[in-house]
Amino acid sequence: MRHFLDIGRLNCKELTHILDTAKSFTSVEGQTVKKVPLLRGKTIVNLFFEPSTRTRTTFELAAKRLSADVLNISVATSATVKGESLLDTLFSLEAMNTDIFIVRHPESGAAEFIAKHVAPHISIINAGDGRHAHPTQALLDAFTIREHHQDFSKLNIAIVGDILHSRVARSQIEALNILGTREIRVIAPRTLLPANIEQLGVQVFQDCTQGLRDVDVIIMLRLQKERMQGAFIPSEHEYFQLYGLTPERLALANPEAIVMHPGPINRGVEISSEVADGPQSVILQQVKYGIAVRMAILSIAISTGERGVDHET
Amino acid sequence: MTVLDAQQLIDKLGHDLGAFLDKRNITEPLLVGVRTGGVWIAEQMQSILKSKEELGVLDITFYRDDFSRAGIQPTVKPSHLPLNITDRHIVLIDDVLYTGRTVRAALNEIFDYGRPASVSLAILVERNGRELPVQADVVGTRLSLDAAQHVQLSGPHPIVLEIVD
Repeated sequence: MRHFLDIGRLNCKELTHILDTAKSFTSVEGQTVKKVPLLRGKTIVNLFFEPSTRTRTTFELAAKRLSADVLNISVATSATVKGESLLDTLFSLEAMNTDIFIVRHPESGAAEFIAKHVAPHISIINAGDGRHAHPTQALLDAFTIREHHQDFSKLNIAIVGDILHSRVARSQIEALNILGTREIRVIAPRTLLPANIEQLGVQVFQDCTQGLRDVDVIIMLRLQKERMQGAFIPSEHEYFQLYGLTPERLALANPEAIVMHPGPINRGVEISSEVADGPQSVILQQVKYGIAVRMAILSIAISTGERGVDHET
Repeated sequence: MTVLDAQQLIDKLGHDLGAFLDKRNITEPLLVGVRTGGVWIAEQMQSILKSKEELGVLDITFYRDDFSRAGIQPTVKPSHLPLNITDRHIVLIDDVLYTGRTVRAALNEIFDYGRPASVSLAILVERNGRELPVQADVVGTRLSLDAAQHVQLSGPHPIVLEIVD
């Protein structure tokens, strides 16, 4: 795995290897010195063409806990993937003898485009591209689920909300299918579902009450207002009435069910504060596990790159 | 292939470790095994010394100096040391001492958890071939082997020790 671009290129064994490696990194934060020397002398570039707090900072912390040096570059302008300027930026970063680019970009396919053009010693990690994929988020979600429920083949998992604009949902569905989840449900109004979503191997529900019954994991998605032009929903208030996760709706799920959200949360839009801050919420665990999962991905990418084992996953 | 009497070596190591600790006036040592074989030996030491302390476990994968050549093994597991090791007397325990690189990595990892009062090294089989200035304080046995030979431990029930050509 030199590049890490999307989930679909991994098989169950590779995915599990990443999760197991992440598990071993969880002990690092218990150390007095919260660092291991694994990537000492490596330079990792956070190349963000779109704003991000959680993903960027947890990647930065992951790299620092592996003793790598980190450059944070935010490209505020909406540079398209085609332009020469983007490639020129890449080439100058390459000239600085860097090792990994972590790329977040508003265009789908940007990470793959960059992976095709970088020098062979550089690994690309996709930190979210357009509506396409957010593979590290999907992996940290899978990791969080596994910390609570060991066996995916026994789990019913519901993903609720704005599936249409969500790269997270797409990657989650892929990861959960590869891990052998018993049933993946998506719950959303028709306007927020992509066409042919059923082909991804999910059960579609437009009614929350039916969809949440007996699920073991509820993943709430953020309503991506910044990506919406036009009327996808009548109003935020009505959306909350129909799809917002309240204690009453949570009671429909398995009593052991956990509630997840990739953040940032819109309180009172997709989730009530009582649920977000309640005992079944693992939203902050997701953030914490994000560091260990990203440490695993960075170290696997570096070790593969250096040994020259390159099967482009 | 030669099979060694592992139990006898373990008993001798336990006996000598007890005497070593007495001589140093160390009453509550913190036993730390290096995964995987070292943990099995550390469990044996724990029962011989009748120590009630929880065992420390180190997985030194992330501290190895050959990481980029060896990659990450699928079996790597979290390390586990008590929250506070500062001012504790640590006994680092491993099955075989060969190049000394594992001990170097383990020492680095221990110091990322705190500043112990002392670290001693107890080894079941010490063999020739050191590449770093590392020596054991207590050993089960010392062997002189050809470079092509290696010591192989399997276990934990029972622990079997072989010299493989």
